[in-house]
Formats: sequence, structure tokens, C-alpha cells
Amino acid sequence: MLRYIVGRIGQSLLLLFLVSIIGYFVLLLAPGGPMSQFALTPGISKQDLDRIAEQMGLNRPIIVQYADWLWHLLQGDWGASFRDNRPVLTVILDHLPATLLLMGTAAAIAMTLGVCIGILGAVRRYSIFDYVATVGAMIALSVPTFWFGLIAIYVFSLNLGWFPAGNMYTIGSGSVGDVLWHLVLPASVLALVDVAIWSRYMRTATLDVINQDFIKTARAKGLSPRRVLFKHVVGNALLPMITLAGLQVPALLGGALVTETVFTWPGMGRLFLDSLGYNDYPVVMGLLMFSAVLVLIGNLLADLVSAFVDPRIRLA
Amino acid sequence: MSTVTSANFDLPPERWWRSRTARRFRRHRLAMFGVVMIAMLTIACVFGPYVLPYDQLFIDLRARFAPPMTGGHIFGTDPLGRDVAARLFHAGRISLLVGFCAMLISTVIGTVIGVLSGYYGGRVDAVLMRSTDAFLSFPSIFLLLALAAFIRPDPLMITVIIAVTTWMEVARIVSTEVRSLRERDFILAARMLGLSNRWIMFRELLPNAIGPIIVAATLTVARAILLEAYVSFLGYGIQPPLPSWGNMLNGAQQYLGSAPWLAIVPGIAITLAVTSFNFIGDGLRDALDARSDLG
Repeated sequence: MLRYIVGRIGQSLLLLFLVSIIGYFVLLLAPGGPMSQFALTPGISKQDLDRIAEQMGLNRPIIVQYADWLWHLLQGDWGASFRDNRPVLTVILDHLPATLLLMGTAAAIAMTLGVCIGILGAVRRYSIFDYVATVGAMIALSVPTFWFGLIAIYVFSLNLGWFPAGNMYTIGSGSVGDVLWHLVLPASVLALVDVAIWSRYMRTATLDVINQDFIKTARAKGLSPRRVLFKHVVGNALLPMITLAGLQVPALLGGALVTETVFTWPGMGRLFLDSLGYNDYPVVMGLLMFSAVLVLIGNLLADLVSAFVDPRIRLA
Repeated sequence: MSTVTSANFDLPPERWWRSRTARRFRRHRLAMFGVVMIAMLTIACVFGPYVLPYDQLFIDLRARFAPPMTGGHIFGTDPLGRDVAARLFHAGRISLLVGFCAMLISTVIGTVIGVLSGYYGGRVDAVLMRSTDAFLSFPSIFLLLALAAFIRPDPLMITVIIAVTTWMEVARIVSTEVRSLRERDFILAARMLGLSNRWIMFRELLPNAIGPIIVAATLTVARAILLEAYVSFLGYGIQPPLPSWGNMLNGAQQYLGSAPWLAIVPGIAITLAVTSFNFIGDGLRDALDARSDLG
């Protein structure tokens, strides 16, 4: 087990290294570069620009800049925001809780709904319910999240007035109930795509398990269908879902960015867009790296949990 | 191969549209819905602007926010009094074209990387596939937005950027497929004939892996249209006055209460196009899977 964990962590670190290279070079090689922000200042001279480049170390060879950046990154120094000179890591961590709350709620909704729909679809295979769920899932996968958000605001906020159209809390209130009330719409919108994915995978996994010999044995033993389903089928079908949960992190993060924009939710996605608007390279770079770290942690956790639950993985 | 075909000279040559695969595809109701829908959308976008009474750039401030079906505006007008229907069809040309071209580029990148890694294996495979994994570790919208924001793109650049952030799935699929084909006898035969690596990869292996590639490519069109809509909606994609389905929605949120059709109409167009491509991809996957005849 220990060997598996160490190997898996090593793999993640290697990936993280590759991720840092891609992120850094893709952004640096883009035309304009970090200096374009300063070149916009009216009346700035060539000498001033050179001096800024010199001060910020932007005139060094790219490889050196990268190594320097990585070295500082590893020490927790992610640079300072061009906008207000606050440390990048602090800025990101300020916005992290809101995003995690949104993602966590959406994931919980999606897993519960998706697993139930998937099981029901597999048990009643080719029924009307199964057909509607399948087609519904494919349509849900095709709806742009931001558009679904707009429609949700139009229906539930503007017309019915059940939920607020944006923000995380009412100014001056900010109680737990108030935040939850603001959370309902964005979390449901973000969950939609995931419900579709979870239900599809759960249906396939359940069907895989149902056709296996040990299920026939369990039935032959005379166990009640309900007991076979909940004790033998669902438990085994949920195993691959652990990996899926890890794989869903990038989609959730990307969806969160869009959802946060539509609902003015003060999370990392909003921060990312705001920073893009300000050409705030250090924060954009930091967020790009941070999101990749979250994704890798998600995958790693999922793999470790499934190895813990399923001896076939850690012994193989 | 040619000798085998000529031996069947008294059988009529099999046309591809009569093959089992094509028959299975035609029986797939959702896929056929997708094909019809895409055909209709394409026709509407290509010919629609010639039929409609208003030009997409014609600004009429007296007719701002006209609701749908008034004054000859089928889908109403926008805050500048431009006809939404005319803009929708023009936008469709751009969105569909960007989606399709992004798919082409992305499929080529993914296929080349997949074939190389699957065929050579070993260190080449390790480097290429770990890089693919690294690209997959970024939520694609983050990478896409960062690139789009810093490059200040035109439609061509947007297409390329979308391709750069979507090739990974194809690469993985092709790599797996090629790795399993590589061990087959016909590849051994090709090696013994002394064919070059390039010939084996692109003339022997690739045609045999074409099924999964087509399926992945179809689904990539859907993804590319969605991604274009996302970046354009957020203001970093196709720039006005050029319309795209995504940037038509860009200003729609502030008029949600007074002019909801501005949000509803382009959204339905995106959803229809993306759903259709997803249905077609799903139908192709079922049709190319010979086992589905039994089930």
C-alpha cells in the first residue's frame, strides 16, 4: 500500500512539473507578454519600459525566468498582484472558500441525483424512464452552463422571485441561512452537467455489475431483489464512481468559473476574469497553477481512496 | 488487398451507404434527428440572411427592443434595434465554422500525437502521454481564457486556441487504439515488407483506427461550439461587430427582465447545435460497434 501511495504521489509531482512548464511558457510566448500592460501608460518612454523590465527581471532569458519563478513558487512566494500588490497566494486563498462551497454543494447534489437516476435507469433498462433519462442527460450535457444560469435567473428570480439573482449574501445580513438561500440557484445550475455525467456512468457501472456471476449467486441463494440490489449491486457499482469524482474536478472548476460570473459569486472564477481584465499576469498564472493543483489533488485523492477501498487496485 | 476484391467480381461492389454500419446509423433515431437538425441549421445560416428583410448590421434606434414577431422581426431586435434573426444566422455561420475548423485542427494534432505515442511506445509514449495528462490537468476554460485574453484574438486565432485546448481526448483514444493494433499480424507483415515507419503509421494503422477517431471528432465539434460560446460570452472570444452565438449572449444578462428573447434565442441555437452533434457522435459510436447488432 505504502509503495502504491508513494508512486502515485511521485507521478502527481511529475505532472505538476509539466503543468508548470506548459502554463508558464504558453503565457509568456503569447504576443504582448507581461510588459504590454505597462506599455499602455500614456507618455511612457522606452527607457522607463527597459527599467521596469530590468527591475522585474523580465529582460532575462526565459529559462532563467522560469527557473526563478518555479523556485519562488516552491517556497510559497507566488509573486504579487499587478493590481494591488498583495501576495498572489493570499488573494487566491481569499477567494477559495466561496468556490469550494459552490463546487462542494454542486458535487453533492450531482452525486446524489446522478447515482439514483443511474441505478433506476439500469434496473428498469429500456423503460420510458431510462429513455427519458438518457436523452435528458445528453441534452443537459449540451446546454451551455451560463445560458442555463441566465434562464434559471429569469424563471426563478425575476419571474417567481423565489431566489436572489446573484451575490453570495445580502449586504448587512450574511447569516448561514442567507448564504444557503443565495447558494441554491448557482449550485443547481453548476450541478446540471454533472448530474448528467454521473447518471450515465452509474447506469453503465450498475449494468456491468448486474450481469456478473456473484449477483446470480446472490439471487440463487434466495436473497430478496432489494437486498441484492442495495447490498451487492450498488456497493460494487459505486467503486468506479470514486475515480469519476476525481476526474470531474476540472469540469466542476471550469463550470464554477462561468457560474460565478453569471451569479456574481465572489470565488476564484470571478477573480480569474477580473484579473484577465486587468492584465494581472501573476494572479492569472497563480490561478492557472492553483486550478491544476486542485485537479491533481482531486485525482490523487480519488485514486488513493479507491485503492484503500478496493484491494485489487493496490495489489495489482 | 486488391486481389481479394477482384475475386468477388460477380458480387456488386458494396456501397458505403448500404453497409451494415450505415444501416445501423440510419436506424439510430436520435442520430438522424441530429443530422436533420444540423442540415437545417446550416441551410438557415447560409441562406437565411438572403431571405430576411433586415440586414444584421442595420441599426434602427426607433425599433430598439422590439419583441419577437413584431414589425417583421421574427426574433425581435436588440438594444441597437438590429434584427436578432439576421444576427443569429450570421452568428451561426461563424460559430459553426469555428467549431468545425477547430475540430479539424484538434483532430489532426490529437491523431498525430496519438499515433506517434501508440506506435513507438516506450519513451516517446511516456513523454507524449504525460504531456497530454498535463494539458488535461488544466480546466480547459481557464487555459482557453488565459490564451484568448492575452492573444487578443481574431476568429482564426480563436479556432486555433480552441483546438490547442481540445486535442487531448483524441490523442488518448488514438494512442490506445494504435497500441492494440500494433501487435496485429498485418503490421508484422508490413514490417517484413520493409515499409517505412511513416507508411505503417499513417497508411496501415491510421485507417484501421478511423472509427473511434470519427466518433471523437464529432463530439469535438460539439465541445468546440460550446467552448466558443463560453469565451465569447465572457467577452474574450469573437469580437463585435462580428456576431457569434456566444457574444450575442454577452450583453443579454442586463436585459433579462425587459428583453428575455435576447438571452433565449441564441441559447436555444447553441443547445440545438451542440445536442445534434452529440446525438450524431453517439449514433456513430453505436453504428461502428458491430456488437450492437446483437443487443
